[in-house]
Amino acid sequence: MNRAEQALRELHEMDVLAAGSSPVHALCPAAKFFTTVLYIVLVVSFGKYDLAGLVPMALFPVLLFQCSGIPMGTCFHKLRFMLPLVLTVGLFNPFFDRAPYLMLGGLTVSGGVVSMVTLLLKGTLCLTASFLLMATTRIDALCAALRKLHVPGRFLTLLLLTYRYVGVLTEEAAVMSDAYALRAPGQRGVHHRAWGPFLGQLLLRSMDRAEELYAAMRLRGYHSHFHYALAAPCTVRDAAYLIVCAAAFLLLRFVPVSELLGGLLVR
Amino acid sequence: MIICDNVSFAYEPERPVLQNLSFHVERGETVGLIGANGAGKSTVMKILLGLLPCDGRVLVDGTEVKKATLGNIRRKLGFVLQNADHQMFMPTVFEDMLFGPMNYGATRAEAEARADAALEQLGITALKHRQNHRLSGGEKRMAAIATILAMEPEAVLMDEPSAALDPFNRRLVIQTIRGMTQTKLIASHDLDLILETCSRVILLSGGKKAAEGAAGDILRDRTLLEAHRLELPLCLAGYPNANDP
Repeated sequence: MNRAEQALRELHEMDVLAAGSSPVHALCPAAKFFTTVLYIVLVVSFGKYDLAGLVPMALFPVLLFQCSGIPMGTCFHKLRFMLPLVLTVGLFNPFFDRAPYLMLGGLTVSGGVVSMVTLLLKGTLCLTASFLLMATTRIDALCAALRKLHVPGRFLTLLLLTYRYVGVLTEEAAVMSDAYALRAPGQRGVHHRAWGPFLGQLLLRSMDRAEELYAAMRLRGYHSHFHYALAAPCTVRDAAYLIVCAAAFLLLRFVPVSELLGGLLVR
Repeated sequence: MIICDNVSFAYEPERPVLQNLSFHVERGETVGLIGANGAGKSTVMKILLGLLPCDGRVLVDGTEVKKATLGNIRRKLGFVLQNADHQMFMPTVFEDMLFGPMNYGATRAEAEARADAALEQLGITALKHRQNHRLSGGEKRMAAIATILAMEPEAVLMDEPSAALDPFNRRLVIQTIRGMTQTKLIASHDLDLILETCSRVILLSGGKKAAEGAAGDILRDRTLLEAHRLELPLCLAGYPNANDP
């Protein structure tokens, strides 16, 4: 299986994950969306040295993994290309911020190291929360919920079609990649001299394919407006989920839970 | 039901694809559009659906195909594309089936009832909630036909409905076509399929109508078919023996 094919399988796997039937999947998409947005905003708002305060925020994704039945390994496997980017963002902090920040068993830890770890954790938590939203909510259900919240239809159509178009593009890339590999034995990937024609052909072929798809849509009455999947109406359970999560996030954000727990243990 | 009157079309002016083509399809009739590769079969289909502009006049149920009438025309004509992958774009078969009816104003409940009926008619209810990308070629083709039937069109246009199917699935498609009561126009160079499903045949060659008549007559005329780069259907020609010279 070539890389493009693997990427395509992974993309389809997200659809399969999102079609699950756990209690988390059953929640109203709007409630999940707002919870995730609030979570990300609060995670990002932690100070750069506030590692102790940030750690308890990891409880949310851990609980969601448990309740949704989505394997944690799947998440980190799918985020394997994003996580190194997060790491590189904070990589230089230890070089620029060398002031001692804390002592750990006789070892002086600089502010740069603490801020790097904080940044890494923030990035990981935000990516994980986004992944969990996508893995427990179908894209059209999410769009339906957003439409109800008066997000412009054109923006949502763009979002939905982009999601679908990525699949079309990847599928064409997979076919071309196989065709290339079969006539280029011993080569790893596409030779740089073939990059131009390869990309050009990929674009032309995927445009052809996209046009055909669009024609199929028009023939079935599509007029730039999607009838999204039925958005499940928000129930008391969804409201309770949102309120409890929001209260917990605010508590963890503004009350130094780690310090209080640490104080209890030390005492 | 469908009238094509003196239609011409060219992608490039110096290379016409269709030249003064005229034919008609009566309501309830099943007509085969045959011809070698590049004869213009798919182009005819696209013109009937208003996907390509043309010179000449195309009428569907008395309404001329033009920009203002496309919605009405496409509600009446269902089109099964040659490649089912290009036709289906929603995550599951059922959602794909709801897409058309809901665009044409059916409520979700109505659309679901139509989709269920179409699945039942084709005997593929087991595919209802399957993911499109996990279907086999034959299943995809049947699902693609179901998405069109769910729209309850008055006529169905099919472009190479048996392309890339194994014998079992090809037979399934033939039985499905024979069971459909709508007016049908089938473009194919699978002449055995045309012989089994169509009462009348239009032979295209070089963008022109080379012959038209009863399927049994046209498809038995070896000289005519060979003159236009076709062969007798296998069921009439007899299966070649590997030992024959």
